[in-house]
This record gives sequence, structure tokens and C-alpha cells, in this order.
Amino acid sequence: MTETSTPDTSTLDSSARAVTTGTAKPAKPTRKVGSRRSGPARILLPVGLAVAAIYFLFPVYWLVIAATKSTGSLFGSSGFVLSEPQLFQNLENVLTYNGGIYLRWGLNSILYSGVGAIVATILSMSAGYCLAKFVFRGREFWFNVILAGVMIPGTALALPLFLMMSQLGLVNTYWAVLIPSMVSPFGVYLGRIYATAAVPDTLLEASRLDGAGEARIFFTLVLRLMTPAAVTVFLFQFIGIWNNYFLPLVMLSNPDLYPITLGLVSWQSVSDRNPDLYQLAIGGAFMSVIPIMIAIVSLQRFWKAGLTEGSVKG
Amino acid sequence: MTSTRTRTRLAVFGFLGPFLALFLATIVFPLGYALFQSVTATARSGAFGEGGGTTVFVGLRNYAAALSDPGFVSSLGRVLLFAVVQVPLMIVLATALALMLDAASARGVKLFRSAYFLPYGVPGVIASLLWGFLYTPGISPVIDLGKVFGLQLDFLGAETVLWSIANIVIWQYAGYNMLVIVAQLKSIDRDLFEAAAIDGASSWQVITRIKLPLIAPAIVLTTVFTIIGTLQLFAEPLVLKPLSSAITSSYTPNMAAYNQAFTNNNYSLAAAESVLLALVACAFSFGFLKLIGRRQNA
Repeated sequence: MTETSTPDTSTLDSSARAVTTGTAKPAKPTRKVGSRRSGPARILLPVGLAVAAIYFLFPVYWLVIAATKSTGSLFGSSGFVLSEPQLFQNLENVLTYNGGIYLRWGLNSILYSGVGAIVATILSMSAGYCLAKFVFRGREFWFNVILAGVMIPGTALALPLFLMMSQLGLVNTYWAVLIPSMVSPFGVYLGRIYATAAVPDTLLEASRLDGAGEARIFFTLVLRLMTPAAVTVFLFQFIGIWNNYFLPLVMLSNPDLYPITLGLVSWQSVSDRNPDLYQLAIGGAFMSVIPIMIAIVSLQRFWKAGLTEGSVKG
Repeated sequence: MTSTRTRTRLAVFGFLGPFLALFLATIVFPLGYALFQSVTATARSGAFGEGGGTTVFVGLRNYAAALSDPGFVSSLGRVLLFAVVQVPLMIVLATALALMLDAASARGVKLFRSAYFLPYGVPGVIASLLWGFLYTPGISPVIDLGKVFGLQLDFLGAETVLWSIANIVIWQYAGYNMLVIVAQLKSIDRDLFEAAAIDGASSWQVITRIKLPLIAPAIVLTTVFTIIGTLQLFAEPLVLKPLSSAITSSYTPNMAAYNQAFTNNNYSLAAAESVLLALVACAFSFGFLKLIGRRQNA
């Protein structure tokens, strides 16, 4: 599965909701039950939850264990238990291999994701605000065109984008990955919904009467009111770019410009010839995955905020 | 002070303009370009094309070529089979997890929810690397564990590798889809549950009569995007390719298109294949939405 549908959350929600809400029939009273959860369910529920947790966590557990092993014990010992842990030695190997290329990939990933997500967020918030608060000809037309853009899989665009970029001489530069990453139609959708609900017209009128320019109103007032939506869009876009593989794969051939994903695959793909790269790929995956996981879990409330935003306000 | 009309026009230009320019340049134009390419071909002059090429209109010839290529057609069949199995599995799992979390007592729910959502932060290719190791004999503790029970597990064989890929995709996205459904579950008016409890509804009845109908929009949404995403399968099989001889360079339609473009330099055929795939995804998504719509009306 590709990363294309990442920022999908509640895009279709409003329309889907219109179709489906109101179909809930009130439960018919059939029998009187005192406690609502019966015996077997009380045991099955935690067991089910725990089994699911094991399924989702055990590859991560394996990764942590494997990251501590030498190449020898990676193949020679059980994958579930520690064996002569040497995590720091391994991480040092990852960081120093090939002149510290891993660190460079990490910085590239941060550059692509950070800059791409910041620009995408500002552009889509301003576009969403514009579509929500200004009346002009073609407003609904453009909004619908942008909405249709949400549905287009990124992989369908990567090849023509590559040809365009090569015409412009931008292939194999940071721009080739950055420019397409700066566009988030989903962000515009969310921004419009949010601005409609959270930015009062009276406030805009008052600031205009006070003589504030439109740009100043947007950057000092509106953007602050739209912060929750902006954070959500930023996170989705950041993860989307961070996880993207097809676009950088198509655009970049110079390893110095690779993001982590591309770099690690390049190690793995030659590891049958050079077994040490197995350990490097594992250590590199470990180092890139753990911070993102921590971030994802600690920022969970923002994801949820964004998800409900789309469905409730839409 | 400028007139309101000029002001509005300037504001629209300044606020919507930058996004729209990039949107047109990176989405609308490439889409048009792909369509244009798919109906043209480059005619080369000179034995090795050294005379340069001229673009000629060839109608639907590239589409015919794509559809008569057994490799591409079987890749299309493969992702369709994959989707038929994987999409329902994904959605049922995500819905079940969301309902289970909703039914569980407050303690520990947060922890479980985080555990399920965690894999979403792992890039597809890294998830594939990770599972690739767990599928590789000699490294995989799962295969070792199977041996203890006398099972000869082969995750990378011709018959099994597609489902091993399905497992990776489910591992990555089930928690994310679950979160979308949880968000909708949370927005249900709690009064409904109280009313149901007063009426003596069992928890199973609450699920089937209240929760499922009210989270249907979220389920529909996740299904549509799972369909679109699933058919685009690319990174996972590409990463597993060095590990399994069963994965060819045109294993999925996207791999086939990539291969046409970058190995064979046949951009026109690649464009036609991408367009065909997008059309199939479109047909399935809208087909699904229509099916749902008819059910609702019936």
C-alpha cells in the first residue's frame, strides 16, 4: 500500500454522513438485562485486546531485540531473546558507515517532511480560509476540484511529475521531492470546514474597520484561531512525506539526497552480498522508527481532534 | 482605502493563489500530462533513436498494448484478488478493535489504542523490511517457533507471499482505520446508550442497532480509501522482491508501470497502465459507494 491515501480522514464524511445518518433505529426492548455484559464477554474482551496488542507490538519488540545483536547472533540466536547485547556498538556502526551517510539521510528526511509540511499547512490554511470567508466567482468550482484531488492516488502522478521535473532540470534535486510535498488538498478541505466554524465574521469586520490589512488579519488573528486544524494537517502531511517512498524513488538517484526510507532499502537490497548490511538496516530502522513512534503516541490527541473535526463539523 | 471588491479580489489572489498554483502544477497538470502521454507514442528516427523523437497520436493503442500484455493483466488480477480478501479483513478488524476498545473499561484503553496505532508511524518500506526479516528463514523467530510445533512455515513462496504482503498492510493501517472509527464512535450521543439501557437492550443489541449504523459513515470512508490504497500496492512487494523469487518485476500494476517507465523507457505504456489502474480504483470506489447507497435506500 502506498502513502497516497494518508490524509484521507474524514473527507467524504459529510456526504457519507448525509446518506447514512438517521438510519439508526432505536433498539427494541426485547428482554430485561441487569448487567449489560455477560460472563464470557467479560473474559473474552481483555483476551481479545491483549492478543491484538501482541500482534501489533511483537514486530517492534523483535526490532528492538535485533538492534542489539551482532551479525553473528542475528542469525545464530533466537529472535525473541537478548544475546550479548551491543546496541551502542551497532548504532555507532550505522552512524559511521559510509562516511556517516545515515545521518545525512535522517537530516534529508527531516528537511523534506518539516519544510514540506510547514509550507503545505500554511498554504492550505490560507486557501481554506479564503474559500470559507470570501465570496467570489468560481468558489464552489475550485473547492470541488480540490476535493477531487484528494482522491487521486499519488502513484498515478509520480511518473508524469518525474517527466515534468526532468524537463525543468529539477530531477535529482531537493526541489523534486519538496515541491509536490507542499500540496495538501485534504488540508484545504479541513481548513475550510474549520475556518467556517471557528473564525467569526464579526471579528474580521471589526479588524477591517480598525484598518488592519488582510494579510495581517490572517497571520495574526485567523491562523491563531485555526491552530487545531493546522496542527492536524501538519502532522498528517509530515507523516505522509516521511513515509513516502514512490516519489523520492522516482525523483532521486543521488544517495546524498535520499530520505531514510530510500537509504535503508538500498542497504537491504544488497545485503545478500554483504551480510553486515542486514544489521545496519535493522539498526537504521530502529533509530528512525522509535522517535516517530514516540511522537505518534504522544501526539495522539491531535490526530483524534482532526479526525472528529472532519466528521462532526462536516 | 481600496474598494471592497478590489480588496476581496486581492485577498483571493493572495490566499488561494499560491495553493492553487501548486495544486495545478503538481496534480492537475501531471494528470493531464499522463492522459496525453497515454494516447501518444514517441516515434524514433535513426537506429538507436539518436535522431531524436517526434510525438505522434496513437489513440488507444497503448491501452490495447497494456491490456494484451499478460504480465500486466495478471498483475491487475493479482491486486484485485488481494483487495477482495484484504479490504474486508482490514475493515472488519478495524471495526472490531474500535468496538472492543469502546466496550472495555476505561483502564488500559489508552494503552491498547496506542499499541494498535503505533505501526502507522512506521513507513511502509520499513514495515516491509521488518516483516521481511520475520519472513526470512534463519533470522525469523516465527519460523523457528513453527518448527517447534512441527510446522514448516514458508512466508515467501509463490502461494503465500501475497498474503504475507497483506499481513504487512493490515499491520500498518488497521490501527489507523480503527482510530477513524473510534473518532466517530466518540461522537455518538451518549443519551442513546442510556435510553437503550433503560429499554433493556443487551450490549450486542447496542452494537448492532446503535453503534454500527451510526459509525457506518466512518466505515464507508475507510473502505473507500483502503480500496484505493490497496490497488496502488507498490512499496511492500518491491522491498520483499529480493527475498522472494515469486515476486516478479511486474507483480503489481504500479510495479509494472514503474518497470515500463524506468527499465524499458516506455513512458507512454507506463502512463496508460497508471491511468488504467486509476480507472479501476475509481470504478471500485464508486461501485462500492453506489452499492451502499442502494442498500440505504432499499
